Amino acid sequence: MNVDTQLELWEVFIQKNNGLPFKHEGSVHASDKETALQHARDIYTRRGEGRTIWVVPAKYIASTTADDEAMFFDTTDDKAYRHPTFYVMPEGAKQI
Amino acid sequence: MEDILTTPISQTALAHFEARLQNDEKIEPKDWMPEAYRKTVLRQMMQHAHSEVIGMQPEGNWVLRAPSLRAKKILLAKIQDEGGHGLYLYSAAETLGMDRTEMIQLLHEQKAKYSSIFNYPALTWADIGAIGWLVDGAAIVNQVSLQRTSYGPYARAMVRICKEESFHQRQGYEIMATMMKGTPEQQAMAQDAMNRWWWPSLMMFGPHDADSPHTEQSMEWKIKRESNDRLRQKFIDKTIDQAYVIGLTIPDKDLKFNEETKSYSIGPINWDEFWSVVKGNGPCNKQRMTHHIKYHEEGRWVREALEAFAKKQIEMN
Ligand SMILES: [Fe+2]
Ligand SMILES: [Fe+2]
Repeated sequence: MNVDTQLELWEVFIQKNNGLPFKHEGSVHASDKETALQHARDIYTRRGEGRTIWVVPAKYIASTTADDEAMFFDTTDDKAYRHPTFYVMPEGAKQI
Repeated sequence: MEDILTTPISQTALAHFEARLQNDEKIEPKDWMPEAYRKTVLRQMMQHAHSEVIGMQPEGNWVLRAPSLRAKKILLAKIQDEGGHGLYLYSAAETLGMDRTEMIQLLHEQKAKYSSIFNYPALTWADIGAIGWLVDGAAIVNQVSLQRTSYGPYARAMVRICKEESFHQRQGYEIMATMMKGTPEQQAMAQDAMNRWWWPSLMMFGPHDADSPHTEQSMEWKIKRESNDRLRQKFIDKTIDQAYVIGLTIPDKDLKFNEETKSYSIGPINWDEFWSVVKGNGPCNKQRMTHHIKYHEEGRWVREALEAFAKKQIEMN
């Protein structure tokens, strides 16, 4: 084996506290999921920054880019009726 | 819609890129960016990552000689953080398409640089104080500014790093303050460390603005948010008062305080020394690189074993 290896790339997501969403924090290199989790713990949670970690092989992540922004999201721009503020409530109606 | 169809894509993309910089938006890995922007950010992040990792060496020299268990634990935690900083930065740099293997190879071939400050030796325990206080202190000023850099992954790495750095600077300053309350020999040791680290710390910000040809483009692209001289001045004004508080002298006979600007002006920086260390003639350049290559090579079997293990697991499933 002549080519040096840095192993597979994993993206790291951390949940800070119970009930909160997982947030992307960075990435690690590891051969398998166990070591990826251990590396993620050592690199991204040295001060109690998390209580649960996800690691995902980077190659499985699909994403849009800023260039796709218009094509991908513009169709929702003209749908104001999806927001509660679109509707006019009768005078005097409460708790709605 | 019409101009999207008629103008060449790169023109539109460039205008889009520039508009986003104008609005202080972050550029993300898969967004279109000019090739020169990519190269500049990549070079800077790679250099920054290497600096964090090489910076572990002068301090590592003192782990086994720390004066107490408390001091040893703190130093270990600080060095571990620096390793972590290197890894955040390598992973941020990799988003621009260069593999970590290649970055390390470039370092070993001396085609990628690291901060010259780490080519100075840590001679006494007071040096550990001076490094934390001055070297990390200077790095913090630079990194706080880089939290607003235009490349998203770099900016995010900086936010995380800055959170961790303040402990680094405080532990260093605490060492200096403790020694300045000690015996005359300990005080002299602290002052000696101050004398050796003060000027190299000021050089960490790089050449004067007038001699820094790439600054303008980097500022235009918002990779760099403040110029070398401006950052250096911030550091000077903060640090000198901290030195006085604990009774240290600044090794600069030309130092003056300007009442009007509430700012210090320093004597001339020895740029010949700076360039000589950059070019490889510092006290420890050779040692730092030999050490890194040695341990990288000695760790190769671990990486190979891990890879073999992963392959075997795939085959078994
Ligand atoms: Fe650091
Ligand atoms: Fe640090």
